[in-house]
Amino acid sequence: ENFFSEFQMEGVSAENNAIYLELTSENLSRALKTAQNARALKVKLTNKHFPCLTVSIELLSVSSSSRIVTHDIPVKVIPRKLWKDLQEPTVPDSDVSIYLPVLKTMKSIVEKMRNLSNHLIIEANLSGDLNLKIETELVCVTTHFKDLGNPPLASEDASQDRDPEQMAEVRIDIRKLLQFLAGQQVNPTRAVCNIVSNKLVHFDLLHEDVSLQYFIPA
Amino acid sequence: MKCLVTGGNVKVLGKAVHSLSRIGEELYLEPLEDGLSLRTVNSSRSAYACFLFAPLFFQQYQPAAPGQEAPRCKILMKSFLAAFRSLAMVEKSVEKCCISLNGRSSRLVVQLHCRYGVRKTHNLSFQDCESLQAIFDPALCSHVLRAPARVLGEAVLPFPPALAEVTLGIGCGRRVILRSYQEEEADSSVRAMVTEMSIGEEDFQQLQAQEGAAITFCLKEFRGLLSFAESANLSLSIHFDAPGRPAIFAVKDSLLDGHFVLATMSESDLHSPEPHRLVPPLQAHSTPHLDDFANDDIDSYMIAMETTVDSEGSRAGPSIPLSPGLRPPCSPGPDSEDNDAEPSTEPGTPPPKKFRSLFFGSILSPAHSPPGPSPVLAEDSEGEG
Repeated sequence: ENFFSEFQMEGVSAENNAIYLELTSENLSRALKTAQNARALKVKLTNKHFPCLTVSIELLSVSSSSRIVTHDIPVKVIPRKLWKDLQEPTVPDSDVSIYLPVLKTMKSIVEKMRNLSNHLIIEANLSGDLNLKIETELVCVTTHFKDLGNPPLASEDASQDRDPEQMAEVRIDIRKLLQFLAGQQVNPTRAVCNIVSNKLVHFDLLHEDVSLQYFIPA
Repeated sequence: MKCLVTGGNVKVLGKAVHSLSRIGEELYLEPLEDGLSLRTVNSSRSAYACFLFAPLFFQQYQPAAPGQEAPRCKILMKSFLAAFRSLAMVEKSVEKCCISLNGRSSRLVVQLHCRYGVRKTHNLSFQDCESLQAIFDPALCSHVLRAPARVLGEAVLPFPPALAEVTLGIGCGRRVILRSYQEEEADSSVRAMVTEMSIGEEDFQQLQAQEGAAITFCLKEFRGLLSFAESANLSLSIHFDAPGRPAIFAVKDSLLDGHFVLATMSESDLHSPEPHRLVPPLQAHSTPHLDDFANDDIDSYMIAMETTVDSEGSRAGPSIPLSPGLRPPCSPGPDSEDNDAEPSTEPGTPPPKKFRSLFFGSILSPAHSPPGPSPVLAEDSEGEG
């Protein structure tokens, strides 16, 4: 809530104080693109013949008068009975948790690897080592990151059983990884990668007021 | 005919051709006393564009060989554009451009003199034709607004490049509003985003219009002139009237002027369950309803215009009544429940553009054949429409 200078929301009911909306992400992305030079931006849920997310942007202007751009993005309000389908998936505890290297570096490496293979293996251990590997018939390429550091683990028992040098790995679609990396413009305050061996990789990013989680299955 | 363009003006000419190519498939080239005119019209006759380059624009301007009549050519737009395809290349390496036509030749020659002695010659085939004329007079329009092209360029920035139509109007507090126009989809589950841009009066050099005045026109066609105006750093003026009447977009400087005349949607064209939907976003307290411009009035409009001798009289050449390409106002009865009373288009025309076509009236005689859907003589024997 501190992220916004004004925040007002009233959900469906007191117990279910949330609103679930479905919209075309391209519309929202386009609307927000015009906000690059904005003085202020306001997002409202409105009803203009049909439910809309109205994004109202006040632009910086050289002249004395302000310029206002308004985008009405059609949305679909999702009925409460479908909310359970949209809950965050329950994920098994991760085998390894490690801090990510500088995302920009990681992105340029993965971009180059993308030309060689459709799949990439991420492996990491509790000693701060992270490897990005691709294996094809013709070539294997591995990039090693060392001394990344590991966040303190949630469950004490698991950490004691595990050999810190042992790698947990997961093989994922490289394009999905690139999609995630391409979207990162700013370096987060904290970026953690959690690996569930051969099952899932979970990226947990924390910016000042915003947290982003990204799950990619194997 | 010989026209020699040098230096930076070559790029200006190239940019103008690019703008025209956004409108029509054929370029009408005609050297006049006032200068070289390049004109085009779109296939549905709902948009007309012309640029006039004054003699001083050229290093050498010779409209016609002595004793001969000035030629009038119709060239395929693609062919002419090919000479100016890459504006970056034109800017960097072309020193001179010579457009010439000698009496005996059946080819229009566009020769580019480039750096390092390279010469590129385009021999374009053309057809003799009559002059393409549209009758319009900015002075007759009741509303004008004028702004530097940059302001208008920034105004259309939030709109998706694919957007076809946009509504321009004056809203509360004399703010100029641009709003994306979406036709009502039959499949209402897929709705499009609506974008609206509001600009204060102060950004305009001239704003002579009442609150509530609004027109809807094709944004894609407008962008053609806008990009030219932006690159030449000119101001663009928009003259408009009641919805349904063509809107005139103009740029001008000492060496050239350009006009794009675009049809606007008339109130009966606009699909809306509430007939005044056009105006609510732009609603002012004053009455929003502009002329009631029903289908049938188009005939009387045409007649009225035919008898008007307008300021275009100075332009040389007879103007030819081209096929108006009008959709017959006689839709199958008033029983259509939605406002979609537009009958299907004539075969061969592009998919329904809900615009009234501009007509190209005749200034020859008021007693000319009454306007109507029957195709009148086209500008050359091929006939169109």
